Amino acid sequence: MATFSKGGIHPPQNKITADKPIIPLALPRKVELLLSQHIGAPAKPVVVKGDKVVRGQIVAEGSAFISASVHTPISGKVTKIDTVRAANGMPATAIVIEADEEEHIADEDSRMNPSVVRSDTELEILTPEEIREIARYAGLVGLGGATFPASVKLTPPKDNIIDSLVINGAECEPYLTCDHALMREYGREVVCGAELMRRACGAGRVVIGIEDNKADAIDVISRICDEYPHISVKKLIAKYPQGGEKQLVKAITGREIKSGCLPSSVGVVVHNVATAYALYNAARFGLPVMERIVTVTGKNMSRPGNFLAPLGMRIGALIDYAGGLKDNSGKIILGGPMMGRAASNIDSPLVKGISGILILEDGESRRKAVEPCIRCARCVSVCPMGLEPYLISAYGSNRMAEDAEANGTADCIECGCCSYICPASRPLLDNIRLGKRLIAEKKRLQNK
Amino acid sequence: MSKILTVSLPPHIHAPGSVAACMWRVNLALLPAFGCALYFFGLGAAIVTVVSVLCCIFFEYAITRWMLGRTPHIADGSAALTGFLLALNLPSTLPVWTVIIGAFVAIGIGKMAFGGLGCNIFNPALVGRVFLLLSFPVQMTNWQLPGVDRLAYTDAATGATTLQLLKSGAVEASDIDLWNLTFGAIGGSLGEVSAVAILIGFIFLLVTKVITWHIPVSIFVGATLLSFLAGINPVIELLSGGLLLGAVFMATDYVTSPMTGKGMIIYGLLIGTITIIIRCWGAYPEGMSFAILIMNGFTPLINRCVKPKRFGAAGRAVSA
Ligand code: SF4
Ligand code: SF4
Repeated sequence: MATFSKGGIHPPQNKITADKPIIPLALPRKVELLLSQHIGAPAKPVVVKGDKVVRGQIVAEGSAFISASVHTPISGKVTKIDTVRAANGMPATAIVIEADEEEHIADEDSRMNPSVVRSDTELEILTPEEIREIARYAGLVGLGGATFPASVKLTPPKDNIIDSLVINGAECEPYLTCDHALMREYGREVVCGAELMRRACGAGRVVIGIEDNKADAIDVISRICDEYPHISVKKLIAKYPQGGEKQLVKAITGREIKSGCLPSSVGVVVHNVATAYALYNAARFGLPVMERIVTVTGKNMSRPGNFLAPLGMRIGALIDYAGGLKDNSGKIILGGPMMGRAASNIDSPLVKGISGILILEDGESRRKAVEPCIRCARCVSVCPMGLEPYLISAYGSNRMAEDAEANGTADCIECGCCSYICPASRPLLDNIRLGKRLIAEKKRLQNK
Repeated sequence: MSKILTVSLPPHIHAPGSVAACMWRVNLALLPAFGCALYFFGLGAAIVTVVSVLCCIFFEYAITRWMLGRTPHIADGSAALTGFLLALNLPSTLPVWTVIIGAFVAIGIGKMAFGGLGCNIFNPALVGRVFLLLSFPVQMTNWQLPGVDRLAYTDAATGATTLQLLKSGAVEASDIDLWNLTFGAIGGSLGEVSAVAILIGFIFLLVTKVITWHIPVSIFVGATLLSFLAGINPVIELLSGGLLLGAVFMATDYVTSPMTGKGMIIYGLLIGTITIIIRCWGAYPEGMSFAILIMNGFTPLINRCVKPKRFGAAGRAVSA
């Protein structure tokens, strides 16, 4: 058993939905597909208003090296390409598709019986280029929440040799259980996807890191890994933020990624279990990323669960499947409670990076009153990056960009451990992010 | 959809602690020591403590409300804690007016003059105590004999502390009853009497994670090492005077101690050694308060020089 060495916290896990099976949701009759569901350039629409499209068809194509295509989960007609409100309240361009009854029934049919496009032997002879092409075509991005285009990360870098592929099954965020349920129910597919990833990036070994609070998932995956000589499971002691890239690599390989560097600098590539699963689906069935597993949960939800949800469906509809909002629901978080973003409206569509929807009650959703810093040093002791949050936070809020930079503000992974632990409820991370902005601003001015 | 949603930045959950919880826990941890003081010194201990706590709360309220025009937060327990700690550092025979002056100096000069909670450089209770010690040396060294006349106050029968006796050469270290030192039948300030009571408080603070081991343990280590080198009995040094009280409750004050584990260890070792240096070679029989105040003054420097080890500062590039 291993974990990362520096800092970290143990928030209450509240994994209410840990034992819930993955329930496929009915396809909606209307979807709104955002062009920008990933890091990088927005996808370019390849359909126009009035076009007929079929389930799985590309509707917007990745427009640059770092970009990802978007596919429609339903057949139907493109009714408009227009600006909608994204979950954060900002305007975003979406392709809107609506299906009629006949198309809807046909879709449900084909969805339940996907046709195999590659046999086992065909999967085995795929070359690294072909695997990357499959990922690129499928619009595959990091489904843990980072949404970085997967095909880019599967390309071995020029100046580093990749010897290990780390698969992130830590799921350290409280409440979220989508990866847990996935590993339990689709372990074989996850491992098979991980093997494809290994071949694509040329790594000698794969380690799947799973926290010890998911014993059943560890069992399932370990048994399957016995059949794969290059793949093993590493049991991790549960601690947040284990799923942080740098923390996970440290816990699993013992290697410490230098400040400002990528995992490839220590010969490692990190992918999420959900991404591995999606790659398998793309390679085996030719299924692009048009659905994802989402945990919809919260202490006052009547039917919390893990759902296989089509992208582009209304977040509000997804919440309704879990029992709907209650009078005392106060905040909707997309992602986990530590790093997820609060949604300003529930009419926005589901996008690739949303692994969970967490509904907090009114009382829990308000911040506590800020008190003076009593210099208790707890923020320092929990920071997994070895920073001094009280200090860089003060530099941020006092707009002292230079000092903020000199004290490592850029290293902050925004895990939120410091704000979580502070007994004075200080908004440490808010100010640190302000500091990051100031540093970026300063750089921009200097380069002018 | 008419529902109004709360939107705020992550993280969206928060650990249960608060400033008040920290402060009241420390107050709670002081109760065993206070109980011993009541048992041994009776009425005097009660008067000194009540006056000190009430005055500290009053001065903090008055200064915040009427001088600074801000909302006072006396419920956070920090003013009460300063009062409590100050009382435990005073002799049980100290007249009320002296206690009031001490409380005023502690809160007014030690804390509020620097900007209030979190901004002071020196431990307020110790500022109050040392002020009294320098201004009223006679009253401040009037040590009631423990357990003799519990209803006496300023008129109580008094005697010398262990450290005074040692310093003046009146007794040999070998004559000192370690049993008494441990359980409290010794003259001294209210909080200096029982080592066991303070250790109970220490364990409570460790278990509830209010403090970490770093500062108290390194103070013990520093004091023990120097005692050995100076050829004096380290057990007597640790158990007598304000060393235990200071190490567990005063030096660990969040605001005035360093922010990193390494810094805390340096700070603690130096407090331990400075205390023994003052006791052995200084003019005062007791050096804990001075040692802590001196190191309080160095805390900003320690924070500046001793940084936590950053993740990725010593990473290795893969060679394969
Ligand atoms: S945790 Fe909060 S109160 Fe404690 S030192 Fe950090 S900022 Fe200050
Ligand atoms: S400073 Fe950044 S990395 Fe450190 S605990 Fe706070 S959010 Fe996490």
